[in-house]
Amino acid sequence: MQAVVLAAVVPTTTYYLVLSAALFGIGATGLLVRRNPLIMFMCIELMLNAVNVTFVALAVRFGNIDGQTAVFFVLVVAAAEVVVGLGIIISILRRRPGATADDLAELKG
Amino acid sequence: MLAQDDFFLAPGIEWFHLGPVIALVSGALVLLVVGALTPRWPRGLYAYVTALTAAVAGGLAVFNWNDITDDGVSTLVGGALAFDTFAQMITITVCAATLLVALVTDDELRRAGKDGPEVYALFLIAATGAVVMGSANDLILLFLGLETLSLALYVLAASDRERPTSQEAGIKYFVLGGFASAFFLYGIALIYGGTQSTNIGEIIGSFQTSVLLDGKDTLVLAGIALLIVGLGFKVAAVPFHMWTPDVYQGAPTNVTAFMASVGKAGAFAAMLRVLVIALPFHRDDWRPAIWVLAVLSLVIGSVLAVVQTDVKRMLAYSSISHAGFILVGVEAAGHNAGELAPGDGMPSVLTYLLLYSVLTVGSFAVVSLVARNNGGDTSLDAFKGLAQRRPTIALALTVFLLAQAGVPLTSGFIAKWGVIQAAVEEESYAIAIIAMVAAVVAAFLYLRIMVSTWLETGAESTEREAVPFSTGVAVFSAAAFTLLIGVWPGWLLDAAESVTTYAK
Repeated sequence: MQAVVLAAVVPTTTYYLVLSAALFGIGATGLLVRRNPLIMFMCIELMLNAVNVTFVALAVRFGNIDGQTAVFFVLVVAAAEVVVGLGIIISILRRRPGATADDLAELKG
Repeated sequence: MLAQDDFFLAPGIEWFHLGPVIALVSGALVLLVVGALTPRWPRGLYAYVTALTAAVAGGLAVFNWNDITDDGVSTLVGGALAFDTFAQMITITVCAATLLVALVTDDELRRAGKDGPEVYALFLIAATGAVVMGSANDLILLFLGLETLSLALYVLAASDRERPTSQEAGIKYFVLGGFASAFFLYGIALIYGGTQSTNIGEIIGSFQTSVLLDGKDTLVLAGIALLIVGLGFKVAAVPFHMWTPDVYQGAPTNVTAFMASVGKAGAFAAMLRVLVIALPFHRDDWRPAIWVLAVLSLVIGSVLAVVQTDVKRMLAYSSISHAGFILVGVEAAGHNAGELAPGDGMPSVLTYLLLYSVLTVGSFAVVSLVARNNGGDTSLDAFKGLAQRRPTIALALTVFLLAQAGVPLTSGFIAKWGVIQAAVEEESYAIAIIAMVAAVVAAFLYLRIMVSTWLETGAESTEREAVPFSTGVAVFSAAAFTLLIGVWPGWLLDAAESVTTYAK
C-alpha cells in the first residue's frame, strides 16, 4: 500500500529549513532577474517570509518562543516596508506609467 | 510544547537610562502630531525643534556615560538593550550628526518652499533607529533598529518629489536595502538555529557552555556569512556598494549628508555588536571576510572616486573608501574580540565614526550651498571660482577635504592614524600598508576639488552663493570641530579608550 508508506513520512525540522531556503532562493533570484518594480518588491516580501518559516521551524524544534516572537516583529517590519515601498513605487509610476527598473537609469557615471 | 510560565514578571523599565531614545521619539511625535494639527510654524522652528531634540538626546547620553563610569555596565528592559559606553558613544555621534543636518536642512527646504515637519520627523525616527542599533543586546531588536533607520532613509531619499533622480534614488535604495535586510534577517535566523537564542548574552553563553557538534557549527557559520552580506550592504563596503553612488547623487544633498553620517554610524555599530561582541568565538572565521571587504573598499573606493566628475558622486566613492578604513579598525578589533584587554581596534572605530560624521556633514553642507546657486548642479564645474565668490566657504570646504584626506592638524588625521595604528598593533601589516596607499590615491581626489575651488575661475555670470544663517553655523562649527580635534585630540581619544567593557 504505497499511500500508507507516504503518510508515515513525518516532516522533520530539516524539511522546513530546506523549504525555507528554497523560498529564499526563489525570492533572491526573482529580485535579480525581474524588472517590474512591483514584482521585485514581492520578491523581497517572499524572502522575508521565507525567513519566518525558518524561525517557526526552529522555535518548534527548540521548544522556546524566541523564534515565534521574532516572526511577529518581522511581520510588522514587512507591513511597514509595504507602506514605504508601495508609496515610492506609486509616486514613480504616476510620473512614468509602466516604468521598469531598466528605465530608471538617469543616475550613472 | 512551548515553555509556559505560570507567573509572568514584567521586565523593569529604566526610564532615565532610556532617555536618549525617548527624547528622539518624543521629538518626532511632537513634530508629526503638533505639526499636523497646527498651521505652518514660523520660519525655522521645525529645524530648531529637531536640533534641540538631538541636543537633549546627546546630553542625556553624556549623563548616561557618567552613570556607567560610576556604576558599571548593565542591560535594560529585561536584557534587550545594552547600557554601556559603546552605546552612548554611538548615541552622541548620531545626535551630533542629526543636529548639524537639521540646521543644513532648514534653509534647503525653506528656499524650495517645502518647509514642513515630515522630513524632520523622519530624521529623528532614523536617528532613533541608529541609536537602537548601537545599543541593541538582542539580534531581533538590532534588526528592528536597522529597519527603523532604513525605512526612514528610503522615504528621505525619495523625498524631493519634483526631481525624478530623487525618486530613482529612493527606489534603488529601497530594493537593494530590502534585499540586504532579508539577508541580514536570514543570518539572524541561522544564528538562532545554532545557539537557540537571539539574545547576545545568551548567544555568548551558549558558546561557552556547549560542546561544538558538527551540524550546529554549520548553521552559525552560514549565519555569519549572511550577516556579513547584509551588513556589508548597509555600510557600503565593496562588493556590496553598487547602490551608494546612485543613491548619494540622487538623494537631496541634506539627506545624503544624513545617510553618510548617521546611516554609516548605525550600520557600523550593528557590525561591531554582532561580530565583535556577540560572536567573538568565531572571530577567526569572520575576520578574513572583513579583511577582504576592507581591502576591496579601500582600493576600489579610492580609485573610482578619482575618475568621477560629479562632486556628490566623488564624495559617495570617498565614503566607500572611508568605510574601508573603518573596516581596517574592525579587523583589528577582531584580533582580540572577547578578551579582557580588547586592544585599540574598537576605540579607533568609534573615534573614526564620530569624526567622519562631522566631516561629511560639513562637506555636503558646502555642496548644498553651491548646488543651490547653480540650479542643483553638483558637477566639478560648479565649484570653479568658489574661492573668489565666497572665500570663507571655500576655506571651510578645504578644511573638510584636507581632513578627509587625512592631513595632520585635522581630525581626519587622528581618525586615520587611529585605525592604522590599531592594525599595526595587531601585526596586520599588509592591510595597514594598503590603507596608507589608498589614502594617497584618495588625496588626489580631494586635491581635484580644491584645484577647482581655488585655482580655476568660474563663469563671469555666476552669482555669489547665498550663505544662510543656520547653514553657516553648521559649516562653521563642523570646521571648528575638525581643526580643534586636529590639534587637541587627547580628550576624545581618552573617552574612546575607556570603551572597554560591554554589557551582554
